[in-house]
Amino acid sequence: MFNSLSERLEGAFKNLKGEAKISDLNIANTVKDIRRALIDADVNYKIAKEFTDKVKDKALGEKVLNAISPGQLMVKIVRDELTELMGGTEANFNSSGNPAVILIAGLQGSGKTTFSGKLANYLKTKKGKAPLLVAADIYRPAAIDQLTVLANQIGVEVYAERDNKDAVAIAQNAINEAKTKNKNVVIIDTAGRLAIDETMMTEVANIKNAVNPTEILFVVDSMTGQDAVNTAKAFNDRLNFSGVVLTKLDGDTRGGAALSIKYTVQKPIKFVSSGEKMETLDVFYPDRMAQRILGMGDIVSLVEKA
Amino acid sequence: QKTKSNFFDKITKAVAGKSTVDEEVLDNLEEALMTADVGVDTTIEIIERIEQRVARDKYVGTGELNRILQEEIEAMLVDSTDNAHKDFSVPKKPYIILVVGVNGVGKTTTIGKLAYNYKKAGNNVILGAADTFRAAAVDQLTIWSERVDVPIVKQAMGSDPASVAFDTVQSAVAKDVDVAIIDTAGRLHNKVHLMEELSKIKRVMKKVIPDAPHEVLLVLDGSTGQNALEQAKQFMQATEVTALAITKLDGTAKGGVVLSITNQLKIPVKFIGVGEKMDDLLIFDKHEFVDTLFSLER
Ligand SMILES: Nc1nc2c(ncn2[C@@H]2O[C@H](COP(=O)(O)OP(=O)(O)OP(=O)(O)O)[C@@H](O)[C@H]2O)c(=O)[nH]1
Ligand SMILES: Nc1nc2c(ncn2[C@@H]2O[C@H](COP(=O)(O)OP(=O)(O)OP(=O)(O)O)[C@@H](O)[C@H]2O)c(=O)[nH]1
Ligand SMILES: [Mg+2]
Ligand SMILES: [Mg+2]
Repeated sequence: MFNSLSERLEGAFKNLKGEAKISDLNIANTVKDIRRALIDADVNYKIAKEFTDKVKDKALGEKVLNAISPGQLMVKIVRDELTELMGGTEANFNSSGNPAVILIAGLQGSGKTTFSGKLANYLKTKKGKAPLLVAADIYRPAAIDQLTVLANQIGVEVYAERDNKDAVAIAQNAINEAKTKNKNVVIIDTAGRLAIDETMMTEVANIKNAVNPTEILFVVDSMTGQDAVNTAKAFNDRLNFSGVVLTKLDGDTRGGAALSIKYTVQKPIKFVSSGEKMETLDVFYPDRMAQRILGMGDIVSLVEKA
Repeated sequence: QKTKSNFFDKITKAVAGKSTVDEEVLDNLEEALMTADVGVDTTIEIIERIEQRVARDKYVGTGELNRILQEEIEAMLVDSTDNAHKDFSVPKKPYIILVVGVNGVGKTTTIGKLAYNYKKAGNNVILGAADTFRAAAVDQLTIWSERVDVPIVKQAMGSDPASVAFDTVQSAVAKDVDVAIIDTAGRLHNKVHLMEELSKIKRVMKKVIPDAPHEVLLVLDGSTGQNALEQAKQFMQATEVTALAITKLDGTAKGGVVLSITNQLKIPVKFIGVGEKMDDLLIFDKHEFVDTLFSLER
């Protein structure tokens, strides 16, 4: 797909040289190819359409200089647009407060518990904080044990109440515990939930209202397909989250869901998670993500060779 | 419950009073398929099939078109060669199922559900905790074994997963059980050493029963996009996957990438996960799957 995209980007323009301008006529197929590449990268269908329409508007009338081929020009426009879209607002992570309260939420299996451990490790080792991990997942079998194992690996304490079936109360109690134990960051790991599960969405909204978080992070699997838009929107409607965490980026997914989410909720991606070990946490680079989504690495090198 | 207001209704409106499948209908079809994660190539293939069928059969009306569409898409979903899974009966004894997949898709939960169903159908079941890597993975499967009330074979965290798999198969033979279901750690398909570990797990099982495992069940998360195709290809290479289970279809994701997977790799889908409880497992039904693929509302 991506090889053929870069080939077609070049091929579509082979008759356009020198002072010629990009026109409606010579751009139609190229725009379609870019759209298809985006959809194959899991960018939402409608967003891919809107995005390529915008790219088309940008490209139309652009003069193709001798120094730059039409193919290169299109690559540049797509990459610039994508990078701008992925970046935007400055991704500050706020861990100030005493304690700062970080609420973690997302779908089942997206990587919340693993990320909670990683974040605690990061704040402890890189920011000199004293974190407390909170096991507010009262549903998943062995959820408390899982968090406890991770916490032991990184030398951080866990707050859990094995017999309490009230996640809101657990979260509240944890904050009191943090105060008495001089912990200045509280990270609340919650159960995975579907956006259409009313009861569960109400529960996490109640946790939010009870603990007044400093940051609310929406954790999403970077392999997610078209549904990323619905899910992100539903979680944002209920929680108005402050940032996104993209997980499992050590895989080979193009990660188009990142673009869809950014486009839909306009919230910054604050961290990326790329492994099962506690150290595999990274800040987010918009340009890298833009290139990954379009397989631009391949395209750019091909165009540069020409 | 998915609503009745589905794509077929939309198509009906789009073609009302028209005698051919026009651009608008095809655009609607494209949108419906692509937003269900069917992917570009397979969507184009379906549209071409529809165009050919319509040209050949002489398109008559909307009812016809709906039927053709259902038929063509269903034809892409391969049938399983045996139907034993439909009533959780066992083709051989002990029947060994190895469960594989990337991280967090629902392998362990699906095993809990399978154990429940096989047991309910009158089989003796044993579980094998060969995920010795992920934090508290053994504890999680142990809780499932207690819920369903079936025995579990396990070793300490960090021990060799192939050794646990070996023990489980041996124990299945010794205890004369009907079904053994073995959990493995989630692994991304692009990690070569982890995929080799899976091949080794499989080889070791054969030392006890030469044709084991009888089923290699690849679990896919229904909300995964096009990457699921690559997952299926890589797991197929490492373990000769024999069946698929698609989880989390109780959400709003449609799991359309399955069309490309079964069409290209000819692996049948056997189970659907629709929740986190032990009875939230369904036998895959082509017709229903294609129908919900097009349901527009939640
Ligand atoms: N390869 C890889 N695996 C990851 C990453 N993040 C999490 N995982 C794995 O994904 C699986 C699910 O992670 P969890 O942290 O348990 O996910 P969760 O969101 O807490 O799951 P629930 O609590 O069940 O909703 C585990 O096997 C993790 O080890 C990542 O960045 N890369
Ligand atoms: N809504 C829903 N959740 C599911 C389904 N199947 C599994 N889950 C949830 O998804 C999360 C991950 O499930 P697991 O069974 O732990 O997944 P896994 O593949 O064993 O994960 P790893 O071993 O960490 O790779 C858990 O929170 C499960 O409860 C399903 O069909 N629907
Ligand atoms: Mg968790
Ligand atoms: Mg598991």
